[in-house]
Amino acid sequence: MTSPQQPVGSAYFLTDSKEKEETHTLSILVDNEPGVLARVIGLISGRGYNIDSLTVSEISHQKHISRITIVTVGTPRVIEQITHQLERLIPVHRVYDLTKGGAHVERELALVKVQGKGDARLEALRLAEAFKATVADASTEHFVFQITGRPGKIDQFISLMKPLGLANVARTGIAALSRGADQV
Amino acid sequence: MARELTGAEIIIKALMEQGVEHIFGYPGGAVLPIYDEIFKQNHFEHILVRHEQGALHAAEGYARSTGKVGVALVTSGPGATNAVTGLTDAMLDSIPLVCITGQVPTALIGLDAFQEADIVGITRPCTKHNYLVKSVDDLAKVIHEAFYIARSGRPGPVVIDIPKDIQFASGPYQSPAKIGHPTYRPQLKGDQNDIRRAVDMIAAAKKPVFYTGGGVINSGTAASTLLRELVKITDFPITSTLMGLGAFPASDKHWLGMLGMHGTYEANLAMHDCDLMINIGARFDDRITGRIDAFSPDSTKIHIDIDKSSINKTVNVDLPIIGDVAHVLEDLLGVWKDKKPKRDTKALAAWWRQIEEWRGIKCLNYKPDHEHIMPQYAIERLYELTKDKDTYITTEVGQHQMWAAQYYHFEEPNRFMTSGGLGTMGYGLPAAVGVQIAHPDALVIDIGGDGSVQMTMQEMATAVQYGAPIKIFILNNSYLGMVRQWQELLHEERYSHSYSEAMPDFVKLAEAYGGVGFKVEKPDELDDAIREMIAVDKPVLFDCRVQKLANCFPMIPSGEAHNNMLLGDSDDIGSAIGSKGKMLV
Ligand SMILES: Cc1ncc(C[n+]2csc(CCOP(=O)(O)OP(=O)(O)O)c2C)c(N)n1
Repeated sequence: MTSPQQPVGSAYFLTDSKEKEETHTLSILVDNEPGVLARVIGLISGRGYNIDSLTVSEISHQKHISRITIVTVGTPRVIEQITHQLERLIPVHRVYDLTKGGAHVERELALVKVQGKGDARLEALRLAEAFKATVADASTEHFVFQITGRPGKIDQFISLMKPLGLANVARTGIAALSRGADQV
Repeated sequence: MARELTGAEIIIKALMEQGVEHIFGYPGGAVLPIYDEIFKQNHFEHILVRHEQGALHAAEGYARSTGKVGVALVTSGPGATNAVTGLTDAMLDSIPLVCITGQVPTALIGLDAFQEADIVGITRPCTKHNYLVKSVDDLAKVIHEAFYIARSGRPGPVVIDIPKDIQFASGPYQSPAKIGHPTYRPQLKGDQNDIRRAVDMIAAAKKPVFYTGGGVINSGTAASTLLRELVKITDFPITSTLMGLGAFPASDKHWLGMLGMHGTYEANLAMHDCDLMINIGARFDDRITGRIDAFSPDSTKIHIDIDKSSINKTVNVDLPIIGDVAHVLEDLLGVWKDKKPKRDTKALAAWWRQIEEWRGIKCLNYKPDHEHIMPQYAIERLYELTKDKDTYITTEVGQHQMWAAQYYHFEEPNRFMTSGGLGTMGYGLPAAVGVQIAHPDALVIDIGGDGSVQMTMQEMATAVQYGAPIKIFILNNSYLGMVRQWQELLHEERYSHSYSEAMPDFVKLAEAYGGVGFKVEKPDELDDAIREMIAVDKPVLFDCRVQKLANCFPMIPSGEAHNNMLLGDSDDIGSAIGSKGKMLV
């Protein structure tokens, strides 16, 4: 009855997924109660999912509702799992997969510290103007630029600052809303 | 305005209003006010266990055999951490529990106070939900909500952590006014269009199989009744997971036996070869699917589940129906009776002929032994001598658990309590205590292994104290048998630390606790001893010395497909698992 052979699969799904990974932005409306962020993050790390970016803040003081925005990477099946697992949490009102939903707006704010003198310094300021970044702090030896926009724009700005004396970066993570008149 | 109550009084009143009749617990400093109120009341009985893990498993056994929420009460710190295994067990098997834990006073939280543990943090991933009550004003509402969450939707354990100062503080009591929750709304009814589609698919099937699970039992007895009707109407074969045993009667001709790693040949081959799989309240667990990329390759799959996150988690399905089993089956049967669809009876007859052929293999046969008690034989005899009684079976974890599932046959739901998801050795003995407390006149038997029962043996004292005449039927092979079997299969019989050099004298042990002990070594002594055991009205340790090296078959080796089963010791089992399979558990 047996045919001793090399098993290729696994009882624990060691099979490599052939599905391609995608980046999705999830918008999660939750009751703003103690520990809710820990529940969300604990679930994601406990089940081995990724978080690329996370923001959270209360959006309705009367109703005590917060919006958690998570950017995560996974195969479509994993993304579906994350969504459904998050929806199982008791204080979670709804989970919107903004990426699946189509067009949406994503914005981020970054503070970018650049050190330097002379030409590099001038070049940094010129580029900052081109990117509509503002100067949040400055001395004769540094700038702190404040830039907002799509994450891609911020990535690009940071990489341009690298040769000009990039010293430090702080990013807020992504805030996102769907386009159009709907509620999300 | 109503009189204000203390937190401890609120707890008692809320439990009472929730219809709680028994709670399992263990006292300590952080729950003394609650214990003081328990002392003063007689609405419910408190069962003093001997270890908090025992309280949780007893509450699980109580819940599973009654369909009600099991309740446990433990103190802060070590009391609460001892409860974690039971909570996790209930989480994985979807058992409704409410566990109240004491906590250090609010002002001391975070200061590493004596017996402080962040139990909300620790139990977040192993509970359906948990609460830290920071104001006595919230207490009643939280308790009622906890019961609602524990029993509704996909059931699970809920922890309520109550600081000691909240137990002393006074506040208003609130009755369980309206059920419901602003964000938690389990979906009970399935989508009607999907149900109609399911009926069409079921009617068209040529090689169908019902694959049922614990969801049927959790849905309540109505679900089991509806399931029986559905099987009768369709004339389809049916198999079930370990968790679902009893939802469908094992004596029925449509029954294929359990499926999965130690399931029957006919059940697993029917799963592998079917053209339509109807999953009712099961979750495609890895013990069931085996090698996932070879799992039932040619079938269309319907999946009925109350938990959306179970859909497409491991196996992609063609038609998911989110809803409670009883609700969905009722609607499905309604549609079926309206439509009166024609089934492909010719194809079904051929499918049944094929199944009969697989049945003919008689995969549960084993070599009889007249010298030693074969463990399979012991369960067979236990079954024959107890089947006509009001019997409940719990198990520990290991080979004996699988033999119990294979050779003890269940006709009704809520009769078989076993740790399926977590596989917790030590579950069965305290679970039996819980079952016996719920059903004082029933025959409650824990089918155990010599290893497992020693993990929670102390609950014998609980059984004695409360006059719970549980029968601990130990298949004693001196080995951690399931570990030894895997070492035989995977590690060339290097039995590393799977043999118990020192075995307690279970007869003396039983007597030491105030129970009764039996020891049986010969097959021809077995029946009489079992009869005597049944007649004893005290807790029993039954030391059934079995063939030490018996293996549990059939078996799908890890990493293999359903149609590649090991059937018995005649197979060359040492080489059955390839190098990759050895990495798995
Ligand atoms: C708490 C716990 N620890 C370890 C294991 C791993 N384990 C699974 S089965 C088994 C052996 C069980 O031995 P025994 O209770 O004697 O039963 P048998 O298999 O011999 O019937 C072990 C150690 C487990 N399931 N649970």
